[in-house]
Amino acid sequence: MTQMDVQPTAEQDEPARGLPGAGEPGVPPIVEMHDIHIAFGGVPALSGVHLRLFPGEVHALIGENGAGKSTMIKALTGVYSIDAGTIEVAGAEQTFSSPAASQAAGISTVYQEINLCTNLTVAENMMLGREPRRFGGINGRAMNHGARKTLDRLGLQIDPASQLGEHPIAVQQLVAIARAVDVDCKVLILDEPTSSLDADEVAKLFEVVRTLREQGVAIVFVSHFLDQIFEISDRMTVLRNGVLVGERITRDVTELELVQMMIGRDLEALERIDREVAASDAKESATPVLKAVHLGRKGSLEAVDLDVFEGEVIGVAGLLGSGRTELARLLFGADTADTGELHVRTKKHRFRSPRHAIDSKIAFSSENRRAEGVIEDLTVADNMLLALQATRGWLRPIPPATRNRLVTQYLEALDIRPANPNAVMRTLSGGNQQKVLLARWLITEPELLILDEPTRGIDIGAKTAIQALVAELARKGLAVVFISAELEEVLRLSDRLVVMRDRRKIEERPNHDVSVSDVLEIIAGEARQEETTDA
Amino acid sequence: MPETTSRWSTLASKPLVWPVLALVALLVVNLVATPSFLSLRMQDGHLYGNLIDILRNGAPVLLVAVGMTLVIATRGIDLSVGAVAAIAGAVACVYIAGAEGQGSAPTAIVACSLALGVCVLLGLWNGFLVSVLGIQPIIATLVLMTAGRGLAMLVTDGQITTVNNDTFAGLGVGFVATLPVAILVALAVFALTGLVTRRTALGMLIESVGINPEASRLAGVRARTISWTVYVFAAVCAGLAGLMIAGNTSAADANNAGLWIELDAILAVVIGGTSLAGGRFSLTGTLVGAMLIQTLATTIPNIGIPAQSNYLFKAVVVIVVCLVQSPKARAAFRVRRAGGSPLTAKAGTA
Repeated sequence: MTQMDVQPTAEQDEPARGLPGAGEPGVPPIVEMHDIHIAFGGVPALSGVHLRLFPGEVHALIGENGAGKSTMIKALTGVYSIDAGTIEVAGAEQTFSSPAASQAAGISTVYQEINLCTNLTVAENMMLGREPRRFGGINGRAMNHGARKTLDRLGLQIDPASQLGEHPIAVQQLVAIARAVDVDCKVLILDEPTSSLDADEVAKLFEVVRTLREQGVAIVFVSHFLDQIFEISDRMTVLRNGVLVGERITRDVTELELVQMMIGRDLEALERIDREVAASDAKESATPVLKAVHLGRKGSLEAVDLDVFEGEVIGVAGLLGSGRTELARLLFGADTADTGELHVRTKKHRFRSPRHAIDSKIAFSSENRRAEGVIEDLTVADNMLLALQATRGWLRPIPPATRNRLVTQYLEALDIRPANPNAVMRTLSGGNQQKVLLARWLITEPELLILDEPTRGIDIGAKTAIQALVAELARKGLAVVFISAELEEVLRLSDRLVVMRDRRKIEERPNHDVSVSDVLEIIAGEARQEETTDA
Repeated sequence: MPETTSRWSTLASKPLVWPVLALVALLVVNLVATPSFLSLRMQDGHLYGNLIDILRNGAPVLLVAVGMTLVIATRGIDLSVGAVAAIAGAVACVYIAGAEGQGSAPTAIVACSLALGVCVLLGLWNGFLVSVLGIQPIIATLVLMTAGRGLAMLVTDGQITTVNNDTFAGLGVGFVATLPVAILVALAVFALTGLVTRRTALGMLIESVGINPEASRLAGVRARTISWTVYVFAAVCAGLAGLMIAGNTSAADANNAGLWIELDAILAVVIGGTSLAGGRFSLTGTLVGAMLIQTLATTIPNIGIPAQSNYLFKAVVVIVVCLVQSPKARAAFRVRRAGGSPLTAKAGTA
């Protein structure tokens, strides 16, 4: 179904609206965000971004992490104030000073984490803060009646008097939506609504979304799942690094084009990139350092087979949410696998905690540097030695001489600044923190190093330094699993390539003359196959 | 506005400066009210004086606070220490009262060992609830805080059990080498804890778990074992304090022994500059904090204010010390004094 008539672009006389390929429906937009700028502490989060929402359309807001999707939503919902630009709702310019002001203008949001009270009834949750009153008390019957009417409008068979907590997450999500559209709602923002739902539940959610679309609500749909974006959305806005890439009509876009828009660079430019590292002959020794057989975990990764050999860099490519991080966490025991086996060298292992993996000489540097890497209030030296100290146990502190030698050695080798072992970790820049974390693992002398996004959010100098280090370590015999959202980086470093999508491994091949566009084809091609099999 | 960093402002940002200043100020107040306040005298080879009293009366709080410091450093809290102290006193007194040689030294030693053994079990219980079942520490230890007094009542049959054993009483009122035993025991535990945490890697691992439990786990730190251990340690410290309190009166009072001591201990830790959010801890700070609280309790009656208002003054001192320790509060104060506008913070800087 389509509600949009693609007209030859009858552009209004606004110069900044040069949006290619975006058709104009016959109605004016309900929301128009124009040239939005937001910066945090001098660092721009959004630079001149536009967003138009039309009544009765599902509009996908797309971009990798850090692209500016959440910032955009928070600008529209009044959580952040904008530095420059205008927000128009139904033709009138608005400055939202608070989320309440935005809600009053008919903009409702359902966040990824459901913030409802599981110990109240469905109706109470829907009417929370605007309960019908009678004689100074709450009118329970009127409340249930009102809730029932809204639920019926959405075609939902949920008893308003039942406790919210009795229902599965998917239903709670639907109740959250019902609550959001209960008031005079013109715009509904769904932030990653499907991330914790299974396929049937997603279908149910989409039914509700379609119902709302028919009723003329403009729906903003934020998701990392490409197939869902193509299934439900009519129009899309793609952001990258806080900049607008473009607004498109969904059915005019192929998956390949979308992936390119998200990651950046057009195909021809990508094809010109030469790989710096000639694919070194992987020393296929008889036994891999680590062998995963059908390793999987319900809800996070479908069973994966993977062999990692000495002196080899395995590059893992895939979009966000493709399962690349989940794979790393299972290999390290950060999450416990519920299917499959792991063999270290010849021995079978079951990693119930990271400690087991570390004892088997496996190291893992998380993509989430702040939450899962650095110990911010400890010194650089303590941060570097933490993993080694943990394996020695608290009773055997590292002798001061060894301590100084190791710390000085790695401060120098990795060029960490400031080269002060007593500097507090939180005062270091992201790149230097990342180097300290690398040092933490190298000090444990691992045989397999798993790096999840080791170069994310750090400056170009540190990035090249880390890439060079990884290449050198592999040359010396270390096995490395290298995960990155930047395909160029993965291709430059890896001997073998693993491509993930939708939480499974879809491709594994030696990295001989593979180009970025090849990888994009693999990622997108898989989807095309799915479409044809689905049809 | 550029702020010239004077020597004073660098000094003021040192965490221990303010509690030490407050302690000194209190002593000066006492000295003005009673010129002989600081004098010590020797009598029968024992040292007496107000300072000794403060140290001796503060010994149980110091002991409990030392254990509490490590618990708080792991992001936890232990509300049950008062009840544990009461249980330890009850177990020891009931054992002594029922033993054959009630007055002998071996009886006292067995009684104390038994009591501390029980405390280890109680600590294991707390640690189990927190680190294995993952219950919030404040709730988990609240269980034993309320149930523990009942346990102590069961042990003593609801009676105040009095004992007659010089060795046991010595823990509270005895002297060794001119100094009260209580002071020596508390200082010994304090020094030993400092030694073990700072000479081994334990202190660093505790801090790392307190600052970022998940990052520590991923670095291979046995976070669960560490937090379990600190609860056991806190319970043993509380048990020692309980034995001291019972020894002081040669009686076990299940209802009142160690009542509210958990609050004094938490206060001492916070005044000492260890954040309730966990992480870096300072045992020296805890020592100063415990002494500050005890000195305050001595000061109030000494300057002629009814002892009942002690709590009020305690509250005021805590608020003042915590405020001046907070960099944010100091900054706001500086800005206002300089006549500038209050900090203009952008809403929701993510």
